[in-house]
Order: sequence, then C-alpha cells, then structure tokens
Amino acid sequence: MPNSTGSETGALLAEVLEAARRRQGLVIRGAGSKSFYGRRTSGRVLEMRGHTGVIAYEPGEMVITARSGTSLAETEALLAAHGQRLAFEPPDFGQGGTIGGMVATGLSGPARPFAGAVRDSVLGARIMDGHGRILRFGGQVFKNVAGFDGFRLMAGAMGSLGILLDLSLRVSPIPPVERAVALEGPWSAARARLDTLLGLPLALSGAMHDGERLHLRLSGSERAVATAATRIGGEEAPLSLWQDLRHHRLPLFAAARLWRLSIPRTAEVEGLTGPRLIDWAGGQIWIDAAEPAEAVRAAARAAGGAATLFHGAVDGENAFEPLPIALMALHRRLKLALDPAWVFNRGRLYEGL
Amino acid sequence: MLGEFDPRLDGPAPTHSREALIERLKAVLPPDGLLTAREALRVYECDGLAAYRSLPGLVALPRQTGEIVALLKICRELKVPVVARGAGTGLSGGALPFPGCVLLSLSRLDKILELDPIARTARVQPGVRNLAVSEAAAPFGLFYAPDPSSQAACSIGGNVAENAGGVHCLKYGLTVNNIAAMQIVTLEGEVMELGGAALDAPGFDLMALMTGSEGLLAIVTEVTLRLLPDPEHARVLMACFADVAAAGTAVARIIAAGIVPAGLEMMDHLAMQAAEKYCAAGYPPKARAVLLCELDGEAKDVAAELKRIAEICRAAGAIKTRLSKDEAERQRIWAGRKGAFPAMGRMAPDYYCIDGTIPRGRLAEVLGDIAALSIEHGLPVANVFHAGDGNLHPLILYDARREGEIERAERLGAAILERCVAVGGTITGEHGVGREKINQMCVQFSRDELQAFADIKAAFDPDGLLNPGKAVPTLARCAEFGAMHVHRGGLKFAELDRL
Repeated sequence: MPNSTGSETGALLAEVLEAARRRQGLVIRGAGSKSFYGRRTSGRVLEMRGHTGVIAYEPGEMVITARSGTSLAETEALLAAHGQRLAFEPPDFGQGGTIGGMVATGLSGPARPFAGAVRDSVLGARIMDGHGRILRFGGQVFKNVAGFDGFRLMAGAMGSLGILLDLSLRVSPIPPVERAVALEGPWSAARARLDTLLGLPLALSGAMHDGERLHLRLSGSERAVATAATRIGGEEAPLSLWQDLRHHRLPLFAAARLWRLSIPRTAEVEGLTGPRLIDWAGGQIWIDAAEPAEAVRAAARAAGGAATLFHGAVDGENAFEPLPIALMALHRRLKLALDPAWVFNRGRLYEGL
Repeated sequence: MLGEFDPRLDGPAPTHSREALIERLKAVLPPDGLLTAREALRVYECDGLAAYRSLPGLVALPRQTGEIVALLKICRELKVPVVARGAGTGLSGGALPFPGCVLLSLSRLDKILELDPIARTARVQPGVRNLAVSEAAAPFGLFYAPDPSSQAACSIGGNVAENAGGVHCLKYGLTVNNIAAMQIVTLEGEVMELGGAALDAPGFDLMALMTGSEGLLAIVTEVTLRLLPDPEHARVLMACFADVAAAGTAVARIIAAGIVPAGLEMMDHLAMQAAEKYCAAGYPPKARAVLLCELDGEAKDVAAELKRIAEICRAAGAIKTRLSKDEAERQRIWAGRKGAFPAMGRMAPDYYCIDGTIPRGRLAEVLGDIAALSIEHGLPVANVFHAGDGNLHPLILYDARREGEIERAERLGAAILERCVAVGGTITGEHGVGREKINQMCVQFSRDELQAFADIKAAFDPDGLLNPGKAVPTLARCAEFGAMHVHRGGLKFAELDRL
C-alpha cells in the first residue's frame, strides 16, 4: 500500500514555500544513488525516500503509476512478476535507487537505440513546482496530446523544474527469448557490420564493442531470435554481460573521471586516448580519457555530439555540455516559469539554472 | 460559437496598421510570398475542421528559414499574432486564423533535404508530406512509422505540432518517439537546434516539449526523422463480434497476453454498415463490432501469433475470424477500415469526429455510455477507432442545414470528452486541442495547471502572439465556461470573477 499521505505532500509544500520565501536552495534527494551525477548543488535536503508506493498497476493497460520515492528494484520486481519491464533499461546503482531519480537523471541502458529513452516511456507526472503548485502533466494513457508535455520535460531535467511526486510509466512485455552473441574484430569492422544489420528487421536489442569484440544481444520470439542469430553468426556469449553493462558494473565504470560521449552512430571520435567502451551501436562512448576536459568536449562536438563528465567532476566543474547562449537563455526563462525563487537543485544541471 | 474569437476570453485583438505591416513584410518575403486580397485569404479561413471559419489579416508564404526569422521579428515588434499552418488537414481548428493575424503557411518549405540510409534518418522541411518521406525511404527498405490517416496530404510540420500518431503507433510510437532533431525559430528570431543526430542532447528536452505544442511556442523550420527497416511480413486478422462489449474484452485480453500488435482497430455496427456499402467488406449479418489486428515481423511468428489472437477473440465471443492469406487480401480487409470515414459521407450530410483516449479496460463501458449519450442528444454516433491504444473516434452524424443540429453535435461531443476525462483518459489522443476543445481543457486541467502552461508559453512567447486562442485556454475563458459547467460537484473556477 502507498505509505505517503496528503499530510506528507503538505509537509513538502511547507518546505517549498518556506525555501521560496527565504530564497534558499533545496536539494531533492531520493536514495542518493546518483548524487555524483551533475554539478554539485547545496541547500537543505528534501528527502523523497518516504514518498513511496505503487498507486496503480494494471498489467493489461501496460502502465504503472507510482510515487517517486518507490525503489526501482521493487518496481521492476513487481513488473517482472507480471511478465513486464521498463523497456529503456535504466541503470540501478543499488542503494535503493528510486524511479524519481531514474526520471530526473534521464539515464537509459543498452536497449536505448532499440527501445527508446526514459522520456519515451514517461506518460505522465504529478509534480510540485516552485510556486507550490501541484501539477499533473500527461496521464496514464499512451496517446494524449492535451496540454504541453511537461512530463517528458522532467526526464533528464535533474530535478531543476520541480519535485516529482508521482510518475506514470509505460511498460512492455518481457521478450520470451534473449540471447547474446560475440564477434571478434576491431570496431572498424564491427561498425561496417552494424551498418548492414541495423538496416534489417532483426530482433536486436543491444550492440556494444569492448575494444576486441562486438557484443550483440537478441530479444524476441524464439524464431525471431534464431533467425537473427543465424544471420549474424559469431559465438554464444553470456547474457550477464548485458546486466553488468546496464548497471555499470564493468571495470571501466570504476574510473575516477568517466566521460560519456553521445554522438551520431555513424560518426567517429578522434584524438582521444584511454580505455573505452562503445555502446548504443556506436552512439554512446564511455571513456576514461587521458585528455583534459576541453579536449574531450571538443572531440565530441567535432563528431556532432556532446560529452558529459559522468562522474568525477570537481566542485564547480560542468558535468554537461554548455549550451549556446540563446538556448541557455530559454532554459533560464523556463526554469523561472516553474521555479521563480530558484529553489530546486540549484546549478545541478548548469550554473545559474 | 468557437468559430469566433472573443477578445475578453482569447486575448486582445491586434491594433497594428495593416498597411504598415504589409509594407514591412513585402521587404522580407519573395514577390509571390504575400497574399492580401480577400479572395486569396478565403482559402485559408479554415483547416480540416471546416465548421469554424475566420479570415486572416494576410497570408505569408516564405520559402526559407531566413524569411521566417525576418517575419517573426516584424510581427513581434508590431505585436501581430502569428498562426502557423502546414497542409491544413488538422481536425481541431489549430490553424484557424485569429482575426488580423499573419497566417504563416509553411507549405513552400517542402524539400527532403537529406536522406541517410545508413544513419536511417531523413532531414526534411516542415511542408513535406508525411507519405512522401516513406516513399523516398522505400528504395532503401526503410519507412517513417507515424501514419495518421491523412498521411497522403498532411505535412511533417503539422505532425510535429500535433504529435501525430496513426494506426501503427501502438508498436512504433508517436511523432515524438520518431524524431531526432528539429530546428526552430522563436518569436525573437533566434534559430535554435534542438535534439541532434546523437540519441540525446544536453539540457532540457525541448524537442519533446515542442512536439504537440500546436504552434504556441515557436515555428518549426526543419525536422530530422528516424526511419525504420521495413518489416519482413505483415498480416491482418479480422474478428467479428455479436456485441461491442465482447470486442472490447478481446482488445484488453490481447494486450494483457503480452502481444504488441502493429495495429489494433475497431469499428462498431454503424461504421460497419457504412463500410459495407462502400467496399463490400463481407461482415456477417449478425456482427455488431469488428476488430482488425495487424501483426508484422518474421512470417512464421506472425502466423503463430495471429493464431493465438484468433483463439483469444473466439474465447471472448467472436462469431467469425478471417486471416489475410496474401497482400491483396490484407489490403481488402483494411479498405473497409480506411473507407469508413469517407463512407460516413453517405450516411449523413455532415459528421463531427471526436478524439478522446481512455484506458483500454474501460472500452466496453465507455462505448455503452456513448450509445446512451447518442440517444439522449438525438444524434447517431458511429465508432471507428484505434482500440489498441484506447483512442476513440466517435463520429457524430448530423445535418448542418437543420436548425440547431451543429450546436447539438458540439454538445454531444463535449459530453463524450468529459466522459473520457472522468474514466482517467484525455480529451484528445492525436487531433490536438486547437480551437475545438479549448473549453474542455478547463475540465481536464486545474487552474494551476493551466497557469503553468501559460507560464511555459510565456517563456517562449511573452506577448502571447503565437496562435492565440488555441490549445491553452485563458483563465477568464474557463471562468466563463465553468459558470455553465459544474465539475466534480463544484465550480472549478469559482474563485475567479465572472466576466
């Protein structure tokens, strides 16, 4: 049963109004499992971990609505018991990571190029903004074009636009069969191979290169997976690799300063050295780069993408790629529209936001 | 009548000098890029919702982004409302001109700028027709998934403005799920790139916010679409039921079984009768509802899954099932569904298409409610809709020549939408709020929520010049509408002064 009550929302409201009156920052915190992500922020901590519970889940509707402090692990266990899951494979760093943190950080796993991102699965959100208004954006149905899609805007906004209270998420059936295969060879050969495979209607759900091998994951019906496996060849590999990749348990993720480059799948990053891993069929590169921040950002920009210092940022250092001036000004106006007293997660996404 | 704008409820009428505006715009548009004569403006007085008509001040037909930048700067300086228009096929009056506005037609920005079969993207201008993208991608074995029924005519810019869906969006997603990047021009004349060729971009997801924003935030001047590989094989199952409730149950069970069909459509008896006359679809006489379920993928898989679906349908009470044996038969089965709308033209002089979405589990119940409302209002309603995602399209049949019928149709439509909201659904699944459902927004959203929408709009457009009187009602409008409308047992906007 949900264990958050109207009075708990009332307590949040009192905190927000008081912070707004005193122009003090609030740090929204779920489990704190992703507190390393983004710029450092300071202020009074607003604990969301008590705001838990599934509000509605009817497997036949393929939607779950839950309070933001509900743990991701519990949510996924409940879905799995009904043969369903979150298609975008969010990473869970343990420690009771919440679905609020999952949406706020907007991080998607290896299935991203094949199954969409967090924001593609968010159908609705109830939030409290900096005016103390409780706003319901979207709803529980997939097709809904009434009002601006404020709910999708919350995905990846790092809590800077309001407190996520409840979230409605679209869920998907767990595919009956999953298999992993690996093919030896350098990235250049793997890329050429992917160019062909991705143009075919194959049951692919993951494509990662570890420097020596191209790892592919296949998901779907027995027949569709068998067809794809025959077409691809290679050798059978353990599926556990994909869970380790999803939850950042591979050795590279322990790097002190880890960069994440999001680039067009067909582009190549040049001039960077250091251990790396290429996921998303070439669209996402994790790298422990030897070069300074500016060089990493420049390399990502040159490839037509952007670099994020995923963890290891020092105080005041930008984690995310700075925005063009006009676009940043628009971000500030949007922030002020929903958080005029500049209360929520000050500077976590960008300085001044 | 919503065809007319009310300065008290929709925002102030513009006060600029028309002559001065024409002079300024002539200087920035090509010689044939400005229409000012009354007869020429007539063409633009309505979109696909022809019941609402209003003349624009003038019509601008730019060919380049630079011209749009210059036009918006002028309109901002002179405080002239701007209403963007794509192909004009919208069904909610989203492109209905505001009196005195510049109607910004994007139809001449109609080039496919780039099609990259390896990246599987197409970079297009907003005036490109939806179907033209899939046609251009076909030689590479690719297609663009969102397929609204109007896809032969509607434009990508309009699809973005409405977040268009279509028959196949249950499996492949809406417009927002199938675009990679867009270029927008703000009212200040700033050109911004949102999203990108990478799978995510830094900052807020403004591309998602722009999608479905109905021309209220900025003008979309370029869109990069994601293309998908053609499925190997597609087949459709037709299942006929003796009553609508049984068909509704079958829909819920198919989805609950973990099957994601490429399309799952339903028609009720009145719609079937119309379709039968139009194209002799061969429905059994006792049938009161028909379900069309399409699957795509690996041939043997499709056959096995459709067999399973046929069993689910029979267990739910289907009296006949038929599986397409070849592509010709698949096309024939779909012809009945696709012909249902035009066939309505034979059933009544006019029809009014409603667009609510409800949770799938409530289908049978809400269809029953619609039947009761139809009797209460004395107008027949046919149902042809996207059952798989709970997106209803009740078609209210009426005759505009008969005194009071159009108003009766509007009232019946409003009552159906309010029913959709009451069961946890929404007033619009894919057609947009536009002008048509502006009052129902007051039912679905609270005062605070509407104010938050207005605040978001103001972050882009502080003077309220982009598409005024659409999509997001003013609080004054809701106060006036609420005065006639009791919501959840009380006046929703009771604290506001009545105008």
